[in-house]
Amino acid sequence: MSQEQKGWKEIPIAGVCWKPSTEYPTGDWKTFKPVRDPKKCTKCLLCPIICPDAAIKWIKTTEEIEFDYNFCKGCGICANECPTQAIKMVREGEA
Amino acid sequence: MVKNQQKVLALNGDEAVAFAVKQSDVDVVAAYPITPQTIIVERFSEYVADGEVKTEFVCTESEHSALTACLAAAVAGARTFTASASAGLALMHEILYVTSGCRAPVVMAIANRALSAPINIHCDHSDSMVERDCGWIQIYAENSQEAYDSTIQAFKIAENRDLLLPVMVCFDGFFLSHTLENVNVLPDEVVQKFVGIRQFPLVLNHRGKKAHFKLDPNNPLTMGPLDLYDYYFEHKRQQEEAMQEAPQIIRRVHDEYAEISKRRYGNGFIDPYYLEDADIAVVSMGSTTGTVRAVVDQLRGKGVKAGLLRLRTFRPLPVTDIVRALENVKAVAVLDRSNSFGGYGGAVFHEVRHVLYDAKSHPYVVNYVYGLGGRDMPPDIIQGIFADLQEILKTKRVKGYVQFAGVRE
Repeated sequence: MSQEQKGWKEIPIAGVCWKPSTEYPTGDWKTFKPVRDPKKCTKCLLCPIICPDAAIKWIKTTEEIEFDYNFCKGCGICANECPTQAIKMVREGEA
Repeated sequence: MVKNQQKVLALNGDEAVAFAVKQSDVDVVAAYPITPQTIIVERFSEYVADGEVKTEFVCTESEHSALTACLAAAVAGARTFTASASAGLALMHEILYVTSGCRAPVVMAIANRALSAPINIHCDHSDSMVERDCGWIQIYAENSQEAYDSTIQAFKIAENRDLLLPVMVCFDGFFLSHTLENVNVLPDEVVQKFVGIRQFPLVLNHRGKKAHFKLDPNNPLTMGPLDLYDYYFEHKRQQEEAMQEAPQIIRRVHDEYAEISKRRYGNGFIDPYYLEDADIAVVSMGSTTGTVRAVVDQLRGKGVKAGLLRLRTFRPLPVTDIVRALENVKAVAVLDRSNSFGGYGGAVFHEVRHVLYDAKSHPYVVNYVYGLGGRDMPPDIIQGIFADLQEILKTKRVKGYVQFAGVRE
C-alpha cells in the first residue's frame, strides 16, 4: 500500500477495480508468518489448496513449496492443517 | 399537441405510481408488501400477470432482500424499481448505502409512514427523513399527479450516465397513497421515448481497459469490494460530487418533462408561492402544502403578505434556491413532519435555518413539528402558525423556536 495513490477524480466510480488484486499486496497485515521445515514436509500439497489467499505455491520446476509473503496474511490455517506439523507460525522479524 | 393525448384517470397515489412504472419499461421489480405502499406492487403484479409488461417480478422474503435484488439487477444493467415505507424502508437501511455506493440507479417509491413504536400505519416523514444521508436523491411529491410525474422523471435522472444515483420518490401515505385523484397520464409510447434505453458510461476495468459500467460475464468487472482507509474516502467524495452535479440533471429532466406534459413543479427543486413580496412564509413538504396554499390565499385576501416555499427536492438540497427564496422574508416557519429526538427541531428546520446563516439578511426561522402518525394538519393550525409569525414581527420576540403543532397538552 505504499504505492502512489490516486485522487478521487482519477479512479473509477463505485469501487470498480482498475487493476488486479495481485497489485495490491496485503502481506504487511500479518503478525505471524508461516515457516516450513523441509525435513518434516512430505509435499502432500494440502497447504496450497487450503490457503484462503492463494499465497502458497507449488513450484513445478524446483518441486518446492513457496510462501508468497506479499499476500500471506498470517492466518495460520496452513500450520494448523499440516498433517506432519511441518509449518510453524513465527513472529515477524524473529525468523 | 401531446397534451391532448393525455388521459385523465381516477387513480390513488399508489396506483398512479404503479401506472408510471408500467409505462417506464422497467426490467426488474422486486418488492415486499407494506402498508401504505402495498397497492403499488399489487397493481404492478397484476400488470405482470396480465402480460401488460415484460418485467421480471421478484417476490422477496423481506425488504432487505427486495432492495438487494434491485441493486443486483441494476448493476447488471437492468432498469429497476421497488417501493416501501416505514419499517420496510428501515429494514433496507444497510442496502440503501450499498445501492448508492455501487452507483446503482434504482428507483424507489416511498408512501411515507410513521415508524414504530407504538405501531402506526399513517403518514409522517420519519421513515424517509432518517435516510436523508444515505446517498439517494429524494423528491417529495405534493399530490398523486406529481407522484406519477416524478416517478417517470426519476428513472431518467437516476440512470443518467453522468450521474448514476438512486432516487426515492416520496409521497404521503394515505393522504395521497389511498386517496383518489384525477391524474393526467401520458400515452405509453411518449413515456417510453422519454425514459429511453439505459446507457452505460465507460470505466477502467482490472485489466486497465475501458469497459461498460455493468456486470457482464463476457466483460468481467469488480465493483464495491474491500476499500480501506486508502480509497474509501475517495469513493465517498465521488458520491458527493455526483450529488453536486445532480441539480443540473434534475433541472434538465424536469424541463424536458414539462415540454411533453405541460406540467411544472416550480423549478424542479423548490416551488414558491407568493414569496416575492412576502413578509412571513411557511416552508413545507408533501401533501400539507396544498392546505398551506389555501391558507396563504385567505391571508392574501386580507392583505397579509404571506407566502409559501415548498421543497420538492430534499436531496440534493437546493441551497442557493432556498437562500434566494427566503432571504427577503422577515419570519419563516418550517414545518417538519418528523422529529429529531433530542435535536433542535426537525430535519427540514435544521437545513433551512442552516443555509440561511450566510444569507444577506436573516429572517426569524422557527420550527413546527406536526402531523406525526397521520395527525391531521387543518387550516386553523396553519393560520395559527402564520399568526405566530406576525406576532414575532410585531414583538421582535420568539416565544419558542421549536414547537409541536396539533399535539394535545
